[in-house]
Amino acid sequence: METLNHSRSLRPAALTMGIMTLCFLVILICPMYSLFSKAFLAADGSFAGLDNYREYFSTPALSVSIGNTVTVSTASAVLGTLIGFLYAYGLTRTNIRGKVLFRYAAMIPLFLPTVVHGLSLVYLFGNQGIVTGLGWDIGLYGRTGIIISEVIYTFPQSFLMFYIALRYADGRLYEAADTMGCGSFRKFRSITLPSVRYTLINSLFVCFTLAFTDFGAPKVLGGSYNVLATDIYKQVAGQFDMNMGAVVGTLLLIPAVISFGVDRITSGKNSGTISSKASRLVIKPSAARDAVFYVICGAITLSLIIMVAVLFMGAFTKYYPYDMGFTLENFRFNDSTGGIQSYINSIIMSILTAVFGTVFVFLYAYMIERSKAPGFLKGLGKLFSSLPLALPGMVIGLSFIFFFNQQSNPLNFIYGTVVILVLANIVHFYSVPFVTASSALKKLDREYENVTDSMKIPGWKGFFKVIVPLSLPAVLEIFLFYFMNAMVTVSAVVFLYSAQFKIASIAITHMEEAGDIAQAAAMSLLILFVNVAARAGYEVLVHRIKKKNEMRSLAEETSGERKKRSALKVQEA
Amino acid sequence: MSFLSVKNVTKVFDGQTALKNVSLDIEKGELISILGPSGCGKTTLLRIIAGLETPTEGTVEIKGRDCTKLPPSKRNFGIVFQSYALFPHMTVEQNIMFGLNQQKNLSKGERRQRCEEVLTMVDLYEHRKKYPPQLSGGQQQRTALARAVSLKPEYLLLDEPLSALDAKVRVKLRSEICQIQRRLGITTVMVTHDQEEALTMADRIVVMNNGSVEQTGEPREVYSSPESAFVANFIGTMNLYRKEGGTYGVRPESISVSRQKRSDGSQLWPGRITEVEFRGPLTRIYGRLDSHEPICVDMESEKAESLDLRPNENIFFSVPSKEIIKYPENEAV
Repeated sequence: METLNHSRSLRPAALTMGIMTLCFLVILICPMYSLFSKAFLAADGSFAGLDNYREYFSTPALSVSIGNTVTVSTASAVLGTLIGFLYAYGLTRTNIRGKVLFRYAAMIPLFLPTVVHGLSLVYLFGNQGIVTGLGWDIGLYGRTGIIISEVIYTFPQSFLMFYIALRYADGRLYEAADTMGCGSFRKFRSITLPSVRYTLINSLFVCFTLAFTDFGAPKVLGGSYNVLATDIYKQVAGQFDMNMGAVVGTLLLIPAVISFGVDRITSGKNSGTISSKASRLVIKPSAARDAVFYVICGAITLSLIIMVAVLFMGAFTKYYPYDMGFTLENFRFNDSTGGIQSYINSIIMSILTAVFGTVFVFLYAYMIERSKAPGFLKGLGKLFSSLPLALPGMVIGLSFIFFFNQQSNPLNFIYGTVVILVLANIVHFYSVPFVTASSALKKLDREYENVTDSMKIPGWKGFFKVIVPLSLPAVLEIFLFYFMNAMVTVSAVVFLYSAQFKIASIAITHMEEAGDIAQAAAMSLLILFVNVAARAGYEVLVHRIKKKNEMRSLAEETSGERKKRSALKVQEA
Repeated sequence: MSFLSVKNVTKVFDGQTALKNVSLDIEKGELISILGPSGCGKTTLLRIIAGLETPTEGTVEIKGRDCTKLPPSKRNFGIVFQSYALFPHMTVEQNIMFGLNQQKNLSKGERRQRCEEVLTMVDLYEHRKKYPPQLSGGQQQRTALARAVSLKPEYLLLDEPLSALDAKVRVKLRSEICQIQRRLGITTVMVTHDQEEALTMADRIVVMNNGSVEQTGEPREVYSSPESAFVANFIGTMNLYRKEGGTYGVRPESISVSRQKRSDGSQLWPGRITEVEFRGPLTRIYGRLDSHEPICVDMESEKAESLDLRPNENIFFSVPSKEIIKYPENEAV
């Protein structure tokens, strides 16, 4: 009997998947391996075991950094989480007005590199700062400054987590509590807090890790207060002690790995608490509560606006604080610190990161979620895709030098070019886009590929004509995320940029170091400008897509209702 | 030779057996319905016929050729999924043209004409410029059907095609699908859990349970002489009794009730009425026999009313001997 035994159309899928897995191996696993091997080798390349670690911990100056880092990170985690929670609570559970404005204001820190948060603080609380001038010296440089700066950095992250968690509440629980005569505080303690407990834990860990591994703020504000991130930089860029740098790098990984584990355990637990039958929470009027949150949210928003305002002030004045005349001179950057070219470079790098990052993430997520690629490649892909969440930027940067800077590496030629910066950014910011992509892909009808298969439409065509158009909002979100983060990142690229290809965030660090803080402020505004423009462009596009979709489902007014009705009937039957 | 033969197919998912040694012959042009409760393996069987799953053991032959490992794109079938899987960003027309445009052997005019044909057939021609979310459930279903037959496939697969619709539309679409199927003479396999759907639409029914085929036959045959207690109970309602190592079944509509002892060749089982349930044209009487087994009877409501039956009333259940079906093996019911 004739047997038709064409292999199922998994060859292109398996091939694509195989190549992508290989890419991951090269840009993630190999560099990490280099980092770890460096940490356990002596300078001459012989195996050193734990000697490097022993040396590190017996050098008092170095091990003090650990204590310092833990101190500032703990403080930042607690404060960042607290402020994020209060702000999110105000925006979700009170009747204050201007919530849209408040929500956008909370995003301000995300639009700027962390060195710029530090810069704003210098304008306010530095030796010649505005507040200092008014007679209040908070002693910015050192621990205090780093903590304030990290709180600004971590606040949007914690706010967003709580905002999502608090926004979906089961109104029935609160109504039930009302019928039992529970007071507001009792309801808060017994319903609200338990419903966000995992978010709380997650937020503490995320904020701790962000502060623990941040380089920008301690670079600008640290002074003689050493933390691990600045140590690693000094070891590697200052003393060329690669092995000691690798040791510090592995230490930076610890909280990130713990935080990663916590996230794995708690993820999904929060979402399970809200059932589909939940009714919307009706927020009761309470003037006193609203007044309190006007003050809290108002103060936070005002602080963030002031942060940006002082940058404007610094950028457009002749010689702060001595000559406050208006000038545009500060936008004429010294070439020694990178010049305007660094700004152009940043935009180029960010666009490349966004384009290639989006393509890679979306395609890989598609392969993992929906393709017919072999199961083990999918499993490996899922594992690889979760790893970058646990990798701080500095660790990625460091492991990239160790791996790509070896003379024997055939990819050595990318060292010092924009390519290595783009690759580092793609890995560094991989995890969030991956989650965005896979959850968008999971929401699409499971059978699309089967339908196109039965219609004899090739896989690639189905992907471009069906999957991509239907996932467009997620694709845009990923693009924006990559672009904005590449514009502001310092930690991953600080080891990787070269004199020929300097970028804006690094240039700001150098301007600040060289005392050109007005130019640093001017450059910060340029970064802010392009990020705000990118965000605005994104909002416009998403709005258009939404409108188009609405138009497509509008015409027959009852089709939605009809569906609901038939769904109900099916339930009854 | 059958058009499509499934031979001794077994499918194991992660140690779970979804199909156990299933064999099935499908003749050209017939509408066959795979019927069974959820989780019985009926959708897995359909997906194996489509090539969306590969069986662990066994073969699938189409027109005498072994197609077990042939990918879906190389088979020639149309499929309508439970969710329809319409492309929401394309109009009804674009949904259909998407596949037709892949047919390079057809001229542009021919493709357009084919599209128009199938749209007219499902009576959606004037809605061709609408997007799926603008259509009613029934219209969406018909769009999916039009799309599935637009490429003139050799066979058509329907996966619970009507389950997402409300009752009235469902009944109307049943006959529409049947008409289209007959007009095209297309071999069709329909998966459903709705016995009424299977009984009214199919030329033949395959009843499945727990990954195996319980019975195959024409609707009337399967209903009137179910070969197993499962089939009897799944299709329609069946009073089942276990006696002397065998299982006996009798349909509720075959039983009547009477207040007096009569002798007309029927067995008379004494019992008591527990509940009288009005169901429109029919009334169902639930009772308990003196031997403690439950029993139910369907009779015309008019007759039930004239008898004025009351709960707790003692009564005789009259069962014609010829209506009692005996199942040889001692089945779990």
